[in-house]
Order: sequence, then structure tokens, then C-alpha cells
Amino acid sequence: MNKIALSLCLAGAFALPGLAQARPVILTTQLKNYSGDGAYLAIYVTDAAGQYQKTLWVSGKKAKHYKNLRDWARGSGLNRAEYDGVSGASVGSGRALKVTVDLADTLIDAGFEIRVDSAVEDGRDNPADVRTALTTQGAGKPTPGRGYVQSFTYDM
Amino acid sequence: MLRRIHSLPALIATLLLVVAAISGAFLSANPAIERLGTSVPANGQISVAALAERVARHYPGAEQIQRSPSGTIIVYFSQDGGTGAERVDPLSGQGIGPYAPSPFTRWVKNLHRSFLADTPGRAVAGVSALIMLVLCLSGMALLVKRVGGWRQLMRPLRGNFSQRWHAELGRVAIFGLLLSALTGLYMSAATFGLVSDGAQTEPDFPGVATTGPVAPIGTLPALQAIDLNDLRELVYPSPGASEDFYSLRTAQGDGYVDQASGALLSWRAHDGVHKTYELIYQLHTGEGRWWLGLLLGLSALSVPLMAGTGVVMWWQRYRAMPRIADNSGAQSADTVILVGSESNSTWGFAKALHDALREAGQRVHTAPMNRLATQYRQAKHLFILTSTYADGDAPGSANQFLARLDRFSDSHRPRFAVLGFGDRQFPKFCQFAIDTQDALLARGWQQSLDLDTIDRQSTQEFARWGEAVGQLFGRKLNLAYTHKHPPTQALELISRSDYGTQVQAPTSILRFGSITPQNRVARFLRRIGFNGLPRFEAGDLVAIVPPGSPVPRFYSLASGSKDGFLEICVRKQPGGLCSGMLHGLQRGQRIDAFIQPNPNFRPASGKSSVILIGAGAGIGPLAGFIRNNTDKYPMYLYWGGRDPASDFLYEPELGGYLADRRLTELHAVFSRVKQGAYVQDRVLDNASQIRQLIEEGAQILVCGSRAMAASIMHALDGILSPIDLDVRTLKRQGRYREDVFGYA
Repeated sequence: MNKIALSLCLAGAFALPGLAQARPVILTTQLKNYSGDGAYLAIYVTDAAGQYQKTLWVSGKKAKHYKNLRDWARGSGLNRAEYDGVSGASVGSGRALKVTVDLADTLIDAGFEIRVDSAVEDGRDNPADVRTALTTQGAGKPTPGRGYVQSFTYDM
Repeated sequence: MLRRIHSLPALIATLLLVVAAISGAFLSANPAIERLGTSVPANGQISVAALAERVARHYPGAEQIQRSPSGTIIVYFSQDGGTGAERVDPLSGQGIGPYAPSPFTRWVKNLHRSFLADTPGRAVAGVSALIMLVLCLSGMALLVKRVGGWRQLMRPLRGNFSQRWHAELGRVAIFGLLLSALTGLYMSAATFGLVSDGAQTEPDFPGVATTGPVAPIGTLPALQAIDLNDLRELVYPSPGASEDFYSLRTAQGDGYVDQASGALLSWRAHDGVHKTYELIYQLHTGEGRWWLGLLLGLSALSVPLMAGTGVVMWWQRYRAMPRIADNSGAQSADTVILVGSESNSTWGFAKALHDALREAGQRVHTAPMNRLATQYRQAKHLFILTSTYADGDAPGSANQFLARLDRFSDSHRPRFAVLGFGDRQFPKFCQFAIDTQDALLARGWQQSLDLDTIDRQSTQEFARWGEAVGQLFGRKLNLAYTHKHPPTQALELISRSDYGTQVQAPTSILRFGSITPQNRVARFLRRIGFNGLPRFEAGDLVAIVPPGSPVPRFYSLASGSKDGFLEICVRKQPGGLCSGMLHGLQRGQRIDAFIQPNPNFRPASGKSSVILIGAGAGIGPLAGFIRNNTDKYPMYLYWGGRDPASDFLYEPELGGYLADRRLTELHAVFSRVKQGAYVQDRVLDNASQIRQLIEEGAQILVCGSRAMAASIMHALDGILSPIDLDVRTLKRQGRYREDVFGYA
């Protein structure tokens, strides 16, 4: 019993340096006052060519609507492992979503982008509602969206 | 049992069902409204490619084209950095207005599917659909039972206002409600993953796009091959991304279309499960089937009315249920009292017995005979107090007793005593009490007291029986029963017409009115329809309490409260306390009365003919039915009196009814004239006409003496035998009703 506990502690200690290479990033997504139910959002990282890298956050609980977050759905292959643990409720009209995620340092200032796909039931789908470069300078500067998103900001 | 399965969930879920139904009815109009504002091209007229080409002319920034199930084409586009959505004409591709789904409709939709409470609300909505299903099925079973079989289901219905409307609406709306409940339940189950929602995995994104110049959308072969009416959604590739594809959803399946070659890639056809779910979705929402939507909506509108009438019926039953204080449980009681009663009058006696036995230290359980348990573990004594219904039948609270008796356990049988209630004037006096006694003896039950009977609610006879019961317990039992009846209302005689004194059958038509003060308020109230009378219809009974007797006498009503007066037709009985009092009444004198509804004795709703048969004073309610026949359905009156010169009751009125066609034919016949005859003779004279009317669905209402009713039944059995029918069958179908009284 004790042995197991000890080895778990050791494993934790070895894992820590790996975690240290990531940093918490606060993502703030302010929605417009549109007419419709809660919006489904996917916030994810792509390379400059738009190639999917990693899911940061998914809003909306019903997986059957995920296909409407089109680019993200295509990139992630709607693979459960891609969004497990980083999903929450849909975001109502005019509301803001504020989440903190861990982002690997290797993704910052390395030519990657954050994108937001949005969709609302009986409304339009907005792939790449927001596109913004993931850089240290860009942090804290709001980027306007072209669909349901009013503005998107990430803070490090 | 069935009734409880029906009413208990209904009472619990009434509010939810009404909300779901009203919101559903509102939403059901949408497919039809949408369809009205849409021109749908014929199949094969326009391809997706053709539409996309036209759209491209007007919307260079088109990103997505959707076709709603009702055929509305919606284009999503971006323009000058913003976005928009517009409805377009499928023929020209030109915009016809912005696409802005109504926020109110969206709100109603959320109310309908989740009561505005998200996931928990959706679960409640699913349960509501299940309850609706239970209500549909149990309601149908109840109605079938009530009308006497599936084949009788479309027959006209009887009953009081609520009963009639509840059943009438129910049988019309049942198909729509069943469909809504079943499909709703399936959709709810799909939401919670209990059944498949038909979702298929997305088609694989094609690997590599064809290199080459991007072709104009109208030339893409894959889009040319798809009819516009099969389109669900076409999403354009991201602008400038040459490696991207059009993604296409159609009624048959989903896939991608290459921008350069126009080839259909990664096609995934819909499977059976997907198509099933889509069909069920359509059947629930009416999307793409606007007429179905309207039908479902109309059915749903019946729900609030059914809920209202249902709650009223439940309340009426609840109120009518006698309440016994300090009732012990069936298995803990050492004495059990079972009651068979039609109009609840026997319950008063049961309560007196219950109280006396409790005072004697017994634990007493009192219940309707239909609640006979399968055993009584502690009980040593069983008392059965029962009246008899009509011609020796079981009264309402005992009609399942004999069937239940077979299921009673062989052990734990208390010793029993039966007490019958009835009226010696009727030929089958206390017949059901006798039947009950015989059934118990035949099954080997031990009797503690011989069968005893109570004539016309006699308190003396009841007290005497109480002495015998007391001896069983070795002590004196004080059975003090006082007649209790609903509160009475004083009524005033406003007019009378007298007939029949010359032929020894003094009969009077008495009209009573309410006693209202002669002031301005009262005059105003009368003018707007408040005549101060209790509510009643012709065929109901008025109970009149004569001075000097606590027992009310019942008379059939010849008018409805809407007529503004209460009318009865009364023959003076030799030595009759109440009829004597009534015949001595002068204008302005008063009586005390209350109403006893008799909803089974009145013409059924519907257009089928009505044959009214009566003799003597029995014409009263029949004349009332004719007076109210303002819709002029065919009514045939057969009536027998003694001498047209003396006792032709209602003669002037009947002439007027014939003239304005409220009455179709009048067959009056008299016995004390030359070649005199009785009403049954006249019925036999017209056998072929009556047979034909009954074949066409006519119903028969008989009112008069028991002897006359028996002759009529005999005559009709003879008339109906050639067409394999008899009065028994008609009675079971509810097409033959009697209102008979004791004297000959």
C-alpha cells in the first residue's frame, strides 16, 4: 500500500517539469446580442495554414450539434479525447465566456493561431468566427469576430 | 382500476399537458404558415447547381444555402465585413426578405420541449409524453367500456355536460394525441440516448482536392445531379482555400463536392435508423407535412378542454364519494361493511351501522362492494348493505362484486349478513340483495343473520335489524339513522294545468319558479339569465320533501333550468303524501326541493332519430326533450292516455311542436274511448317504421309506469327479432333508456 503511494508521489514529481512548460491562459469570448438560443463555440489552435493542432475549449453539451462547428469538427475528427475535460455549457446571447486553459509554451510565438467556430440552432454556422495570431504581443488585445462573437481576448 | 390509471396521472400532469398542448398547437401552425409564404418548384424543375448559380448572381458572398422542410430557401452570406441571412426565391435566386426566425416562436419551442428548464425540463417533457400516452390508451379503454364495445365507439354519447364533452372530444382527438405522444416519447428517448437519434458519423473529409482552376458553381456535375427539393444544406468552401470542398447534405445522404472537378466525394447515404428518426421527427412537428401539422395542432387544442372537463368530472366523483370517519384498514378491521349503492342513499345507513359498531368497540372497515378485498385477515363479521338497480341489477358501486367474489381466498372468511334496500312497489324488490346472498351461500360462506330488507328507507325497520345485529355482539346496538339529503331550495308554484279528473286519473302539470325579490337587481339578473333556479335539464329528477316526512320523493323534470321554470307532471296517487300535497298547491305556495341529476335519461348528442314512448304522467320529461329539440332532429312520440277529452296532457304544446317541426310525428292513443288501445298497441301498429328507425341508429327513451315499460319492452323485442336485435342489446349500447316509476 505504502509502496504504491510512494511510487505515485514519485511519478508526480517526475511529471511536474513537463507541466511547468505550459502556462495558464485566460480566454474571454464576448458574444453579440443575437436572436437565438445559446451558442455552441469551439476555441482551438491551428497552424498558419489552418491545420488543426489542439482544442482549448468547447461550449455546448449536445455532441450532435458539434458537426456545426465545422472547421473544428473536421480538424479534431470529433474525437472525444480531443475535447474531454475542456467542455462546458453553451453561451447565451450577449453573454461572455471566460475560461482558463493550460497552453504549451511551444505553441506561443511560433506562428500558431487561435480560432473560434460558432453555431446556433436554426441559425448560421460560423467557421473561423474569430482568427487571431497566438503571440505574446497579441495577449490582452481584443479581436472582433465576424459571426456571433463580438470580441475575443486571450490573457497570459 | 382503469379509471384510476386514467385520472391519477392526469390530475398530476394536467398543467404540464396543457402547457405542452397549447405550445404544440401554436407550433403546429408554423409549417402551414411557412408553406404559404413559399413557392415550391416541381420535382425535377430546378437542380441545386441551377439554384446556386442564380444565388451567386445576387449574393457574391454566399457561404451557405439551406432548404427548410417546407421549402423555404435561405442563403447565408457575408458582405462588406458583416454577415446576413435572407430568404430567396428558388426560381430567380433573388432575395425576398431577411431570414429572422421569430424570438417568440423560439420561446414557445423551448417551452414545448423543455418547459424552459433545459435538460431537467426535457426529462419532464418526456414524462409528460408518456403520461399522455397512458391517458390516450386508458381513456380509449374507458370509453369502449362505457359504450359497450369497439363497434359502438362512434355512437352518440350521453352523460352530463363534462362527461359528454370529455368523451366526444376524446374520440375525435385520440389519433392526433396518440401520434403526438408516441413520436414525442421517441424523440425524448432519443434526446436521452435511450434510442438512436439516427445520427451518423460525418463523411470522411476527402484527402486531396483536384488541382485546377475553380469551376463556376453552376457547372459542377454533382450539384447538377441533385434536385432542389432534396437539398438540406450546401456549405461553400472557405473563400480562397483551393484545398477545401463544398459540403453537401441532402435527403438521401451527405458528402463533399470538389471545387474544380465537381465530383461527389466521400458520399455517405442515410441508413434506415436515420430515415426512421427523420420520419418520426416529421410526424411530430408536421415539418414538410403542413396538413398533418394542422391536424395535430387541432387535436392538441382539445387537451385544455379535456383537462378542464376531466378535472370537473373527478371533482364531481370525489364529492359524491361518501366519507366515513375513523375507517379502519381492511386487514386490521374485525368487522367489515360493504355498500352497494347507486345514488349513495344506502351510505347513510352504512354510516349509522359503522358508528354504532365502533361505539360497541369494534374496529370497522366500510367500503363499496366493488372494493371487496381478496381476504380480511382479522374480520369476524361482514355486513353487506345493498340496494338494487333497475330490474334486479347490481347498483353502481357493486357491479363488479360478484366477479371479485370468485377471487376471495378460501381462508379468512368472516360470517356474513345481507341487508337489502328497496321499494316494495317494484316487482324485483331487493333482487340484488337476494342474488348476493345466494352467491355467498353457493360459495360456502357462513351466514350470521338471515337476509333482511328495508322498504323505502324505513328507519324503524333499520332499527329493528340493528337489534338483531346487536345480539351477534352480545349488546344493545343503537342504529339511529336520520335522513340526510342535499340542502333544499324553496320554489314557488307559478302556474298549473289540471287534467284527467273525469277519467279517475287526476294529473297536473306544475310549474315552479325561484323565489326572488322583486327589485331592480333581481330583474336585471333575470334578464341576463340568472333565474335563481338550480341547474338541471329535462330528464333529471327533482326531489321534493313533503312536510311531515323526511324522505324525499323524486319526480322527472319536464323542463331545463334554461327554460326559466321547473316543470313536473304529477299524477295524484290515492293516499299519496307528496302527490296529494302537490295537487293541493295554489299559485304562490311553496315547496322544498333539490335536484338529483339523471344524466343517462336524455337524448344522446348527435343526429340520430329519437323515439319517445310514454304513458300518463310519463310524458313530462318527453315533452321537455321535445321542447328543447330546437335543432329539430327527428323525434317520434308514442303516448298513451285515457280519454282525449280529459287527460290529453300537453295537447296544445304538442300541436305547436309538430307545427315548428320540433316533433316529427305524434302517435297519441287512448284507452277509454271506442276501440281504445294502449301505447304498446300503437307501437306494434308501426312496427316496420320503428324497426327501420332503429336499424338506422335511432335511440329509444321510455317513461311511465313499470307495467307499461314491461309491455313496451315485450313489444319491441317482437318488433326487433327479425333483425336479430333485442332491447337487452340496445340497453347495453345505451340506446334504450327507461325512467319508470312504481305504480301501475
